[in-house]
Amino acid sequence: MSIVIKAENLGKKYILRHQKRERYVALRDVMADTARRWGKTIINPFAAAREMRPAKEEFWALKDVSFEVEQGDRIGIIGRNGAGKSTLLKILSRITEPTEGIVRLKGRVASLLEVGTGFHPELTGRENIYLNGAILGMTKSEIKKKFDEIVEFAEVEKFLDTPVKRYSSGMYVRLAFAVAAHLEPEILLVDEVLAVGDAQFQKKCLGKMEEVGREGRTVLFVSHNMAAIRNLCTSAVLLAQGQVKNFDNANIVINEYLKTLSQRNFKTSCLARNDEAGVSLSTVELINENGEVLSAAQSGLPVSIRLIFDSVKNFDKLLISIGLNNQEDIRVSVFHTGLTESELKIKSPCSEVLCNIPKVPLIPGNYRLSIKVMSRGKLLFWLPQICEMAVEGGDFYNTGRLPGEWGGICMIEHSWEDRYEKED
Amino acid sequence: MGEPGKYEIIIEPGKGAKQYWRDLWQYRELFYFLAWRDILVRYKQTVIGVAWSVIRPLLTMIVFTIVFGKLAKLPSDGVPYPILVYAAMLPWQFFANSLSESSNSLIANANMLAKVYFPRLIVPSSSVIVSLVDFFISFAILVILMVWYRFVPDWRIITIPLFLLLALFAALGFGLWLSALNVKYRDFRYIVPFIVQFGLYISPVGFSSTVVPEQWRFLYSLNPMVGVIDGFRWAILGSSAQFYWPGLILSFILTFIIFVFGLRYFRNTERTFADII
Repeated sequence: MSIVIKAENLGKKYILRHQKRERYVALRDVMADTARRWGKTIINPFAAAREMRPAKEEFWALKDVSFEVEQGDRIGIIGRNGAGKSTLLKILSRITEPTEGIVRLKGRVASLLEVGTGFHPELTGRENIYLNGAILGMTKSEIKKKFDEIVEFAEVEKFLDTPVKRYSSGMYVRLAFAVAAHLEPEILLVDEVLAVGDAQFQKKCLGKMEEVGREGRTVLFVSHNMAAIRNLCTSAVLLAQGQVKNFDNANIVINEYLKTLSQRNFKTSCLARNDEAGVSLSTVELINENGEVLSAAQSGLPVSIRLIFDSVKNFDKLLISIGLNNQEDIRVSVFHTGLTESELKIKSPCSEVLCNIPKVPLIPGNYRLSIKVMSRGKLLFWLPQICEMAVEGGDFYNTGRLPGEWGGICMIEHSWEDRYEKED
Repeated sequence: MGEPGKYEIIIEPGKGAKQYWRDLWQYRELFYFLAWRDILVRYKQTVIGVAWSVIRPLLTMIVFTIVFGKLAKLPSDGVPYPILVYAAMLPWQFFANSLSESSNSLIANANMLAKVYFPRLIVPSSSVIVSLVDFFISFAILVILMVWYRFVPDWRIITIPLFLLLALFAALGFGLWLSALNVKYRDFRYIVPFIVQFGLYISPVGFSSTVVPEQWRFLYSLNPMVGVIDGFRWAILGSSAQFYWPGLILSFILTFIIFVFGLRYFRNTERTFADII
């Protein structure tokens, strides 16, 4: 296998301007600023020098990034927002140039950072297929050859000669993705584009991506959907603060990501204190089976909510309830010791209470926890919406598929079968 | 997998010139598609469509004929005044439209610039094509006008493409410059309409450049459009217009310089477009 992407010490620096809100500069501001500075220099030569400085600050979106990708590899790029994932793709696709370092690419590169780039609302579907194809780097003859396939994939036969401004948003996205999906580059760079469209179409897109991978093409894929990455990618790169934290087998990197994700997001020290009773709830955190602290739970995987109490005496006959509300403030579920008939105790000086969830049935998103703790009918803590729990998309159904917006608020395990009357 | 080594790409800060011209060739179809899009959109969105490129020069010609020909009674060198004006109106409109289209083109396609790679040069240069189409439509009016006034041009009419090319390079030279500046300093979009409006009066559109005193003629020719417009009049109106050769040569030289420097400025700033647009 040959190496098709080789990046050495890549770095990308941006200059941040603090004073200005606009991304671009207006000549009038430049002239006004210069005039003002001159004016100040005349009045007070030392003040001006002091004032000029804070307007600019360097920011390295990527720093010392080196990696190699072999032909046919499918690499997931993961990391938090602002970790440099998109900047990396932009450099590899030559949209922006690195400040330092070098990349060698072998083969035709196509990037898909957005679906429907360059679509014009006034043009018809047919015209936009040609235009968008050309923008993505296809030649006219290639588009012609693939035209019927694209139309079939997008399911827009009837509307080919309608301006796309009359398309429904679903049709629009389908058409846009269809064009991109029929690119045939040796290296394909994809940024979070599967997050669009309805679930059925997402499924189709994932299928198409798998097909691309099977054909031996190299794919770099940025996504927050861990299920999709697990499914599509052979290995993954974890970026944090512009640097490569890990580059390994996809499962290993995903697990590391979920751990590092936010040790600060979830864990909170000394949430509440009940001085009268002599007990405090110091920590609420998520841990996995191995007792490692997680920043987020993942759909389909086990997780435990750990409550750590510090106390001066012992408490028994505990009643603990953890209510779970989603972002629409709908109570999704409750974990309650009364329901499970669990007998728990807190012992001085420090105890842990674990609430084990064998398979998280929640769709990705943020959930707020409300915690109530009682002992012998006496209230120790009532902490409504005390902290947030993030849930990342995971492989709940072991198929790599996640329901879309229409999928309700939780996932329920199920299976299907078909039965027929025997034909004679 | 064919021979992937064939397209080896090296991404390095401040480099890429070698690949650039090869890429430009590879993306030549994009040039065609963008021009085609602009033309389609232009005639789809407007109510009167094609008529627009006829009405504009025609009305301007009528106004100029009345103001300069009838009221100011400027000399027309023995040519019908409407034809004198229209022969200048053609290259001027082409220049003005190309200039405004190309200097706005990068901003208008900002989204594409931020999301896809292609040689950025394609954007401003393909936007000139729409103005070229307008030019040909307006040219048809000139033919009608000439038939109406029974004005027969001589062999010189075949030199028109040469002057058209001169106007194109002048427009593109300025256009590249302004489009790149427009990305960085958005107030250039207010400067362009001003240049266009101002240029109409300092170029010999409404009058013949023979009205300019001889000793100022060379200085006047520092405006590259003077050479283009004089050239158009010379080619269309024939022997009746005298020709000022130093002016044309100066136009050629200036246009060349503007184009080369415009291209250089564009190429140097192009790499940062995606970061600041």
